Amino acid sequence: MEIPYTSAVHPETGLYNAKGGIWLFLASEVMLFGALFTSYILLRVGATEWPHGSAILNVPLATLNTVVLITSSVTMVMSWASLMMKNFGRYRLYMGLTILLGLTFLVVKSFEYGAKFEHGLFPSTSTFLAIYFTMTGLHGLHVIGGIIVNSYLWGPGRKLWKTDPQRFTNRIEVAGLYWHFVDIVWIFLFPVFYLL
Amino acid sequence: MSTPLTSQAVEPAPGVRAHHEELSWWRKYVFSTDHKIIALQYAFTSMVFLLFGFMLMVLMRWQLAYPERSIPALPFVIPLGIIGLVVIFIAGVKPSINSLMGLLLLGLGAMVMFLTSGEERMPEGIMLPEFYNSLGAMHGTIMVFLGVVPLAVGAFGNFVIPLQIGAPDMAFPKINAASYWAYFVGGVVMLASFFVPAGAAQSGWTSYPPLAAVTPLSRDVLTGQTMWILGMVFLITSSLLGSINFITTIIQLRTKGLTFMRLPFFVWAQFVTSFLLLLAFPPLEAAAIFQLMDRVVGTSFFLPSGLVLSGTPLNVSGGGNPLLWQHLFWFLAHPEVYVLILPALGIVAEIIANNIRKPLWGYKAMVYSLIFLGFMSFIVWAHHMFLTGMGTVMSAFFQTTTMIISIPSVVILSCLFISLHGGSIRFNTPMLFALVFLPMFGIGGLTGLPLGLATSDIHLHDTYYVIGHFHYVVAPGTLFGLFAGIYYWFPKVSGRRMNELWGKIHFWGTFVCMNVIFFPMLIQGMAGVSRRFYDGGQQYAHAQSVLYLNEVMSIAAWVMAVFQLIFIINFFVCIRKGKKVTENHWQATTLEWAAAPTPPIAHGNFLTRPVVYRGPYEYSVPGHAKDYTPQNQARDV
Repeated sequence: MEIPYTSAVHPETGLYNAKGGIWLFLASEVMLFGALFTSYILLRVGATEWPHGSAILNVPLATLNTVVLITSSVTMVMSWASLMMKNFGRYRLYMGLTILLGLTFLVVKSFEYGAKFEHGLFPSTSTFLAIYFTMTGLHGLHVIGGIIVNSYLWGPGRKLWKTDPQRFTNRIEVAGLYWHFVDIVWIFLFPVFYLL
Repeated sequence: MSTPLTSQAVEPAPGVRAHHEELSWWRKYVFSTDHKIIALQYAFTSMVFLLFGFMLMVLMRWQLAYPERSIPALPFVIPLGIIGLVVIFIAGVKPSINSLMGLLLLGLGAMVMFLTSGEERMPEGIMLPEFYNSLGAMHGTIMVFLGVVPLAVGAFGNFVIPLQIGAPDMAFPKINAASYWAYFVGGVVMLASFFVPAGAAQSGWTSYPPLAAVTPLSRDVLTGQTMWILGMVFLITSSLLGSINFITTIIQLRTKGLTFMRLPFFVWAQFVTSFLLLLAFPPLEAAAIFQLMDRVVGTSFFLPSGLVLSGTPLNVSGGGNPLLWQHLFWFLAHPEVYVLILPALGIVAEIIANNIRKPLWGYKAMVYSLIFLGFMSFIVWAHHMFLTGMGTVMSAFFQTTTMIISIPSVVILSCLFISLHGGSIRFNTPMLFALVFLPMFGIGGLTGLPLGLATSDIHLHDTYYVIGHFHYVVAPGTLFGLFAGIYYWFPKVSGRRMNELWGKIHFWGTFVCMNVIFFPMLIQGMAGVSRRFYDGGQQYAHAQSVLYLNEVMSIAAWVMAVFQLIFIINFFVCIRKGKKVTENHWQATTLEWAAAPTPPIAHGNFLTRPVVYRGPYEYSVPGHAKDYTPQNQARDV
């Protein structure tokens, strides 16, 4: 017996296996970042003093990064849509753009980190900086993970398109769901740390 | 998976036989993606950890019974060595589960030798307080995260779920393997932490800061506590991957006709358990990251301002909150308690239904209670924190939810008790363990009520009463459920059965010893003996009247160890030499017995896809020829 619904859709749930799996994974990610944001609130409420984010952090750079990440979500959808329209060349273009935008985000972020370290602002300096570095760092790790997966699907993993195009398209959809989640986390992180 | 179904049956060419077989052993048993093999990997690894965690406790019980007296290490090591050699002897020279396990048992003996020597642990055989703390912390961690949960979920869930729902494998076989290997690495990291300078984690299995954030006082990067955190990150990853797999499998891969209300109760229990693992573990991951930052980078997430350590102010920014850790930790660790107990409840329900030869009473009520229990387990966590000064409003809320969550537990237990009424019960070994699970879990649950009420918890908090309560739930509770499961599904895995006489000896010995170990803890706790005294309370006036119980409990623990050796020998001998059994040995109705061959074929399980026509427990249906009607049977024959 073969495992059913690896690429076909289950008639009752409307999901193929990987799509069900990624939604469950994202549910657990929501709990992870939910716990982190809750901790942020508890630490901030309990603190005697709490700096305004814009006094320490670089708002223009972060705004740029927000635009970069949202754009990358758009190109991610375009890459999936291209596959749905059987246009593999277009897929590679958009997926490549998504990867580049992800890398751009990381480069900008590393400039931000570097500037903080130059000014002697480290995670151990204050609770604000501690949770800022922890949460954005963890988000950065998620971005790196997404870039690795996307690069695989752009590069060596694309061979699957020739043998099983439906399953390959599914993989792009699943990777896209994850990438959008990473994007959404940043959309929460940006106002919480930089604007509030 | 694209692996052919008949991979097991392929005969190698005569000339390359020996070499080829060795290779295929590694491919088949070590780097496998078949859910049954992964389940066995989980089972054997977790049983080794259970034994190791038990050995730590055996050492601690020496210290509690005879503080300041030198420990005779050899009586603890020699049995392990002998049993290891016996297991290897049974196995012969070729690589097999038995020879590997024999080597592991010898390794455990060496590990105990190592632990009972060394100036920084036991100078002249007398245990140092720091080492006692390490043993306590690691006993809890190993038993919960490396022993019971991987056995209950990783092993039983992995093996039984796909078979009971008529699926060829898990939904994601590779992720399943990754889940095991993440668990394996986490376990190795935990074990390795015993060897770093200053030894393994010392701050209890709960790792409360600020203590956990600052001990041991070492600038080394890899201290025991840091390795504890790293190990936990691997274990969390493992359970995340596993739970995603379980839930997807149960939702997507149920065979034709197997509706949710026709699922065996065991599958339901694993389903709810997986949701708890999926949603409760991430907050602990967040907490672990925070504590890692505190220890390695020097942040102050859990370190309040003005902390003074050994007379010198701590050089940190401060402003953190130790209670934050407790909230995040218990947000995991309370659902974790249900992760420990629900799979065992599922196993017990299967075995009871099978051996009373009639349907479970109130199957639907049990299922709904289970779901309600899973939901409620997320909002009771702070009943572990009544004494932290979090305020009466919080205490009142969590005390109320705690009282509410006892209702579904009682419903499930009552249903199982009522099911016994009027049945013609078969008292085989799995049934004995399953039957005794009921009152033992009952004691565990009822002793929890005074802890869940904020007022009575003031007296009982952090005493041996808590230890007794928790162990009644997990040791004679969950572990008995797991033993029952091992005896029950052993024929399905191996095609042979375990020896009944030795099984019953194991059962009675363990049952008596368990109670002699844990009931005195309740008494000591009510006298006010703290759970953390490393000398068992000798220096404290209020502990004097119950001090004699320490020796009683310790002797019972050592006698129980002997009965576990009987189990180990019975287990390994019967893998090779047990009596062969028929496909449906227990005359059960569920799919793993009724439809799958014994043992089920690698990568595929079933010869043809089974179709389900009826509920899981159609035993003794009036008018039917047999006293059991398998789920895949269309009409009475």
